[in-house]
Amino acid sequence: MGAGHAHALYVHEHSAVHRLAPEAKLAAALSFIAAVAVTPREAVWAFGLYALVLALVLAAARVPPRFLFLRLLGILPFVAFAFLIPFVATGDRVEVLGIEVSGEGLWGAWNILAKATLGAATSIGLAATTEVPKLIEGLGALKVPAVLVSIAAFMIRYLELIAEELGRMRMAMAARGYDPHWLGQVKPIAAAAGAMFVRSYERGERVHSAMLARGYSGVMPVLRPAGAGWFDWLLAMTLPLTGVVIAAVALVVT
Amino acid sequence: MHAPDGFLNAGTAVVTGALSAGTVGAALRQAKHYLQHRQVPLAGITAAFVFAAQMFNFPIAAGTTGHLLGGALAAILLGPHVGAVVITVVVVVQALVFADGGLTALGYNLLNMAVIPAYGGYAVFKLFRRLLPATSGGVVAATGLAGWVSVVLSSMAFSIEWLFGATAPVSFTRVFAAMVGVHLLIGTGEGVISALTVGTVLASRPDLIAGAADLDAGQIEDTRGPRAPTLLIAGVVAALFLASVVSQFAFADPDGLERVAQETGFAASGEEHLLSDSVFADYATAGIENETVSLAIAGVAGTLIVLAVGWGLLLGVKRPGRRSAV
Repeated sequence: MGAGHAHALYVHEHSAVHRLAPEAKLAAALSFIAAVAVTPREAVWAFGLYALVLALVLAAARVPPRFLFLRLLGILPFVAFAFLIPFVATGDRVEVLGIEVSGEGLWGAWNILAKATLGAATSIGLAATTEVPKLIEGLGALKVPAVLVSIAAFMIRYLELIAEELGRMRMAMAARGYDPHWLGQVKPIAAAAGAMFVRSYERGERVHSAMLARGYSGVMPVLRPAGAGWFDWLLAMTLPLTGVVIAAVALVVT
Repeated sequence: MHAPDGFLNAGTAVVTGALSAGTVGAALRQAKHYLQHRQVPLAGITAAFVFAAQMFNFPIAAGTTGHLLGGALAAILLGPHVGAVVITVVVVVQALVFADGGLTALGYNLLNMAVIPAYGGYAVFKLFRRLLPATSGGVVAATGLAGWVSVVLSSMAFSIEWLFGATAPVSFTRVFAAMVGVHLLIGTGEGVISALTVGTVLASRPDLIAGAADLDAGQIEDTRGPRAPTLLIAGVVAALFLASVVSQFAFADPDGLERVAQETGFAASGEEHLLSDSVFADYATAGIENETVSLAIAGVAGTLIVLAVGWGLLLGVKRPGRRSAV
C-alpha cells in the first residue's frame, strides 16, 4: 500500500540532508527548535541568524522556497492571534503608524511570530527530507515506547486510505445535493463518521488476523540493519549546535 | 488548538511536557494488556480514523465550520486509556509530519488535546451515564454532553497554561473569556457529532463501544433517550461542573499577570481595548469581579445550551420506525 509513492509533504531529492539517519535528524530538529524557543525575544539578531542557518540547510536539501512558504501558511491562525496581541495587551503604549498599541504586546507578538515560524519551518524541513515511515523508525531509535511507534506506523499506513474513503462519502453526499449550513443538518456527516469508525475497526481486526496468520508476534521485524553512524550524528548536530551557540550568546548579551 | 513553538514560555512547556509524558506513560501501562494481545493494528487504524475525522469540517452556523477534536469520542469508543494513547499518537504525528503544532509545544498540546479531553471527557461521560437511563439513548446523550464539556475543559486548560506561561501581557481573564466563550459554542458541534457518531455505531456494532459495554441487548434496542426532567437535571449538573471549574480560578488568586501589571504601573494605561465592547470582555470582567452574577449567567447559559444540544440529539437518535412517538 503506497509503496514507492512519496507523500505530498516529502520533497523527492538526493541531498546530504535526505541521506542522514532519521533519528539524528529528529534529534537535531528538536534541539534546534528548543534553542530557538529559549532565546530571549529582544535578541532580534539571533532570530535573523537562526533563519539564515535554517535557510542554508533547507537550500542544501533543495527544498523549494515556494513549497516551504505554502506549508508555512498552516500556522496562520496563530499568526492572526499574534497580530491581535498588541491591541488587547496591557502595558506601555507606543504609537505605530498612528495607532496606539501596547509595546509589551508588540514584543509578545514578535516573539510568537518568530518562534512559530522558525519552529514550523524546521518541522517542514524535517518532513520534506525524511519519508514518513523513516520518521517513525527514527522515533523508535530514539527510544519512544514501541507501542506508540507501532500505532503511529499503522496510523500512517492507513491514513490516506481512510481519508480518501471519507472524501468519497462526502463527494457522494454532495452529488446528491447535500449542502449543510447549520449544525442541525449535520446528521449525515456524523452517520458517515460512525459508519467509517465501524469500517476502520473491522479493517483493523482483519489486518490483525492476517498478520497473525503470517507469524506476527506483537513486534514488527526491523528491516533496517544499521542505525545512525557517528558521521550522521556529527553532520546532523551542526544545526542544533549552531543554534545552541546563538542562543547562549543571546542569553548572555541580553 | 494546535499551538506553535514559542506560544508559551519554556518553563510551561517543560512542566506540561512532564505532565503529559507521565500521564501517557500511565495510560500505556493501563492499556498494556489490551494493546499487547490484539489491538495494536486496531488502535493504529482508529488513530487514522480520528485523524481523518479531524480533517472533516462540519457546519456550525451560517457558513462557520468546525472540526472534531475527537478526544472524548475516542475515550468513549475505546476506553479512556487506549483513547488517550490513540489521540496522543495523532497529535505527535501532526506535529512531526504535518508541522501542525510546534515540537516544543507538544507538552501543552498533548495535555490540551489528548489527556484532558480523553480523561475529562470520559469522567463526564461516566457521570452522566449514572444520571441518565441505561439505554442506547442515554449513552448517546451522555456522549454529547461529554463531547461538549471536553472541548470546554480543553479551552480552560489552555487559558490556565496561559496564566502560567504567557509570552505577552494579555490578561488571563481576557484569554479565558475569549477561549472558553468561543469553545462553549464550538463544543456543541463536538457534542452533536460525537453523539451521532456513537449513535450510528450503537445501531450496527454496539459491542465496539467500550463506554456501553455494560448494556445488555434489550437496553441497546431501547433508543429512548432521557426524559425532559432528567435531561434538565443533567444540564444543570453539566453547568455546575463547568461553573465549579471556573470558580476555582475566580476565587483563588486569579491573575498573576494583572497583579504584576498593577505593581509595575502598567494597568492604568491599559483601559481601552479593541475587545472591550465585545460580549466576551464584559463576561471577563464580570467573571472575575462579580463571581456570583457571572456564575449564575454562565450556569443558565450552559444549561440552555446543554438542553438545546440534548433535544437536538433526542430528535436525531429516534429511529425512523419510532418516529410516531415524537
